[in-house]
Amino acid sequence: MITTTSQAEARQQKREPVLSIRQLVKRFGGLTAVNKVDMDVYPGEVVGLVGDNAAGKSTLIKCVSGVYHPEDGEIYFQGRRVNFARPIDARNAGIETIYQDLALAGNLNVSANIFMGREAKKRHLGGLIHTLDERYMLDESKQVLDTLEIRFPSYTEQIEKLSGGQRQAVAIARAVYWQARLMIMDEPTNNLGVVEQRKVLELIHKLKEQDVPVILISHTLPDVFAVTDRIVVLHRGRKVTEKSTSETDSQEIVQYMVGALDDSAEIRTA
Amino acid sequence: MALGKQQAIEVGTTTSQRERRKQLVLLLSRVWAWVFLGILIVFFIVSVPIVSEGSVTFLTVRNSQNILVAITPVLLLGLGQTFVIIAGGIDLSVGWMMSLASVISALVIRETFNVGQPLLAAVIIGFVATVVGTGFVGFLNGTIIARLKVPAFIVTLGSSFIVRGVAFLLTDNTTVIGLPPGLRDYGNNALIYLIRGEGGGVYFLNSPDVTGDLLRNMDRVLPYPVVLTVIVVAIAMFLLKKTQFGRHTYAIGGNLEAALRAGIPVDRHIISLYMLSAVTAGIAGFLSTLRFTAGSAVIGDPLLLSSIAAVIIGGVSLFGGAGSVMGTVIGALLIAVLTTGLVMLNVLPFWQFIVVGVVVILAVLIDQARDLIIGRFESE
Repeated sequence: MITTTSQAEARQQKREPVLSIRQLVKRFGGLTAVNKVDMDVYPGEVVGLVGDNAAGKSTLIKCVSGVYHPEDGEIYFQGRRVNFARPIDARNAGIETIYQDLALAGNLNVSANIFMGREAKKRHLGGLIHTLDERYMLDESKQVLDTLEIRFPSYTEQIEKLSGGQRQAVAIARAVYWQARLMIMDEPTNNLGVVEQRKVLELIHKLKEQDVPVILISHTLPDVFAVTDRIVVLHRGRKVTEKSTSETDSQEIVQYMVGALDDSAEIRTA
Repeated sequence: MALGKQQAIEVGTTTSQRERRKQLVLLLSRVWAWVFLGILIVFFIVSVPIVSEGSVTFLTVRNSQNILVAITPVLLLGLGQTFVIIAGGIDLSVGWMMSLASVISALVIRETFNVGQPLLAAVIIGFVATVVGTGFVGFLNGTIIARLKVPAFIVTLGSSFIVRGVAFLLTDNTTVIGLPPGLRDYGNNALIYLIRGEGGGVYFLNSPDVTGDLLRNMDRVLPYPVVLTVIVVAIAMFLLKKTQFGRHTYAIGGNLEAALRAGIPVDRHIISLYMLSAVTAGIAGFLSTLRFTAGSAVIGDPLLLSSIAAVIIGGVSLFGGAGSVMGTVIGALLIAVLTTGLVMLNVLPFWQFIVVGVVVILAVLIDQARDLIIGRFESE
């Protein structure tokens, strides 16, 4: 196992990892997409998961979020061994994955999206009739958006009228509101303008302040270096290195991404 | 520097102008059906007396009530359809479902009455049987669509044939007659009776016992079928706008995948939507049995397309996610006003179809033009 300084620091603070992945293996037919990967995420930590196309980033993440079922290895979440049958189970446990398509309903407004599937209701006639508690949902939505310093011109407009970055913000706010214990973000800055990209990165900082750990999957190394504490590099399904962000640079990371450098090989040969 | 400031101000003005124009387009696209309805009514108020040389006027109490009675079946079929289409589905079975309901309710009322039950009990049992029967077919529709993932278009097309066959089998291809004579009152009596002219007056609930000129001058205001339909419309509005059920309907139509990930019980919801659609069609069939004191296996068929037309004119998107109950009410009203007015103008009835067809296409064109114009504003 590769030990890095930041992990050591985290242990010194006696903080248990939120997420622990041990020797995880996922195969598709003859192809081993994820090969004996170990990974830890500590509270309030932003971990970058990088690698070339088909390096196994998305597969690894989908094993954690219950989309795929690993062939071998273990996943521990908040100290407990987990084995999510479906994505909704992972979500109920507190693992929120924000995919590129955002999983928002464009025809609904901000608060309806934040409360989608978990709408607040008012009781009438002794519980005989339930109506939506729009006021409560709107107030709560404004509050969570405020803590993330997100402002919209209108909270009652359908979100398809919002920009890509604003929608991303709604998705993040939803995860925060429902107290995600771990946030997985898959290419969150793709298809966004420069200003919006910066806003999303700011949001990741905010999540860190709220002690919500984030796994950030991204091709955009400047983004990764801007927000992460630690970077994990995958190459052809294997973890080739894990570096504290402050102790590496993008040139070195690229070397790992293309397979020119490989720490795990050194360990094996040693 | 000064020039730059000048430019900035000008840009500011055009932006706000554009914003105002955008809001205007949005408003127009939202209320055009109302405006069009108003224009139609004014047009008929003016043209009907001219064509009939003053012997007929369009806006009378009697005519308004006729229009209301005429739209009840189309509206009821359209109500369930509104929910189904907002959630991204379609229900082609509502026409024949109404027929089946008419047959079931007629048979159940007749047989219950014939075994010696009082009329009111027979009517109630007939109503319950209709709701249960159509609800069951709707359950099957929804289950095949949601659980077996067969497209709604195919499932409801198939079930409309099945329902049609069952209705004809039940009636042996004749009209169900021999219903208790008192049934007519349930289908035709009104909340209020107005008698114009000398010796006239206002009566509530009970039909006044009059003959001759007085009877000719009597108008039934708010007949029971209209009252029941108003109640169903109110419930539908409440359901769609105020409850979790309605919110989930919009969410499923807006982004099915998102709804699933949000933990909305999508399959169960879709099943209940097709049940709702079947039951509102069932109520339409039940009311037609009361109104005509007979069960007919062909009554609903011609209304399917009218009801879908009403829904589309009312602004429900066939792609799902958008629409309202009020829109469907306006759509149904528009079709009924158009139909009634053209008849009063002595226009051959076939022209109705042509005009309704044009309005349906116009409705969708207006929607598209709105998106296009607003898109242009935003890209400017």
